[in-house]
Amino acid sequence: MADFLATPAGLALLILAQVLSVVTFVMVSLLFLVYGDRKIWAAVQMRRGPNVVGVFGLLQTVADALKYVVKEIVIPAGADRTVFMLAPLISFVLALIAWAVIPFSDTWVLSDINVAILYVFAISSLEVYGVIMGGWASNSKYPFLGSLRSAAQMISYEVSIGLIIIGVILSTGSLNFGDIVRAQDTAYGFFGWYWLPHLPMVFLFFISALAETNRPPFDLPEAESELVAGYQVEYSSTPFLLFMAGEYIAIFLMCALITLLFFGGWLSPIPFLPDGPVWMVAKMAFFFFLFAMVKAIVPRYRYDQLMRLGWKVFLPFSLGWVVLVAFLAKFEILGGFWARWPEVAAMVN
Amino acid sequence: MTVLTFAFYLFAILTITGGLMTVLSRNPVHSVLWLILTFLSTAGLFVLIGAEFVAMLLIIVYVGAVAVLFLFVVMMLDIDFAALKAEMAKYVPLAGLIGIVLLMQLVIAYGVWDVAEGVVVADGLSNIPPPETLNTSALGLVLYDEYFLQFQLSGLILLVAMIGAIALTLRHRKDVKRQNVLHQMWRDPAKAMEVHDVKPGQGL
Repeated sequence: MADFLATPAGLALLILAQVLSVVTFVMVSLLFLVYGDRKIWAAVQMRRGPNVVGVFGLLQTVADALKYVVKEIVIPAGADRTVFMLAPLISFVLALIAWAVIPFSDTWVLSDINVAILYVFAISSLEVYGVIMGGWASNSKYPFLGSLRSAAQMISYEVSIGLIIIGVILSTGSLNFGDIVRAQDTAYGFFGWYWLPHLPMVFLFFISALAETNRPPFDLPEAESELVAGYQVEYSSTPFLLFMAGEYIAIFLMCALITLLFFGGWLSPIPFLPDGPVWMVAKMAFFFFLFAMVKAIVPRYRYDQLMRLGWKVFLPFSLGWVVLVAFLAKFEILGGFWARWPEVAAMVN
Repeated sequence: MTVLTFAFYLFAILTITGGLMTVLSRNPVHSVLWLILTFLSTAGLFVLIGAEFVAMLLIIVYVGAVAVLFLFVVMMLDIDFAALKAEMAKYVPLAGLIGIVLLMQLVIAYGVWDVAEGVVVADGLSNIPPPETLNTSALGLVLYDEYFLQFQLSGLILLVAMIGAIALTLRHRKDVKRQNVLHQMWRDPAKAMEVHDVKPGQGL
């Protein structure tokens, strides 16, 4: 067995199996995330939510997905057919390939590259193309307006996400997710994770993640009260399913990023329990719960308020924080609370 | 053929196809999309030569920001393709001439371009990072130690360009109502509204 796995064919098979296992994990969690999102939303509004298909309605998402797949694909007459069909594919595939570098435990990672966090950032900056292309190719005014809005919105909030990530990189001295989590593994346990040294940035990152993934209260690209459904208006059937799946996978990816950057990834919050992938998944699920609660509780922002918040509040604040962290790390304030790079360097060598 | 060679030819062909189609495609939006493909496959080539940091920056800066703005502008254009083609025909000889001159320059440059054995690192550097350094750290070491002044100056030039662009396009319109956000947030609901008990058929 070990001999076979060393051959090129065996290696290819092994990589394929690993990729499939990550994709399966993401797709199965997607089914229950959509269900969970709807249930939480319903519970806040004192409704029952999906409860007919399967026990407690657990299979509702499967039924919905099947329904989308068997429906007819309608392409508008004036649409650019190639770009129209390409847009949902891009949106779905990009959301999925970012998972290649997300580690689930110390050793469980598909591709342990040393610019992992830049890779995720690059992929998430590409996600805007699915939306722009979809809106333009539909050849219709509401999708076009929606896509213009989302392009501006996603670019604006990417800037502050990038600056927040720089703060974490400064503290760690590495762009690798494994190193970032290992740098949080200190003697203080839960209180050694980056959420405490980078406390204000946790909130900023969470809110920017909401805006970056077009979640309520920042779902202006598809604001149904003004734009019908934004860039998704002309989409039906499987292409729409791909857009929606891509959106949820991107949200789940943001949950994974918050977990890895600020909440210790697979590290256990309770001292005597072992670390492991279970903690990673549990933390991701918790942050998804927060995303769902925000959707249920907070009313939608107005567009100028959204832009003001991004450029005039988040950008200066996160830029100032980067400078502050640079000083705190350089002069090793509080015994290297912000500077974990000596430990990481020792671990790597 | 190893996987690396295969990947190289894949990305190389994609880069050239993307570049060609950027020029050849009739629809400007398609041109920008092909240009994006070119950027992405160039990033792939950078990864193949082991410059993953540069590859990621290429994607983040060019594809994630610059090309989005291109697309943004091009999507808004309302272009009459027939008129555009008629206009184009006039400039074809001039464009061809420029193309030939550029090609000849490239050929000359390729002919005399020769790198001697062992001259891999630029000379004059006082502290060359050891070969096993990750390329992100190596880039940082060289940029911030050797070329610190040039690096800061290029940043300054970008800042000046940005301020210039803003100063050129900024105009203050006096006739627009603006809202003062802080003023609005500090409004006291108790002073801003009052509740009346309206009797039926009477009004206020």
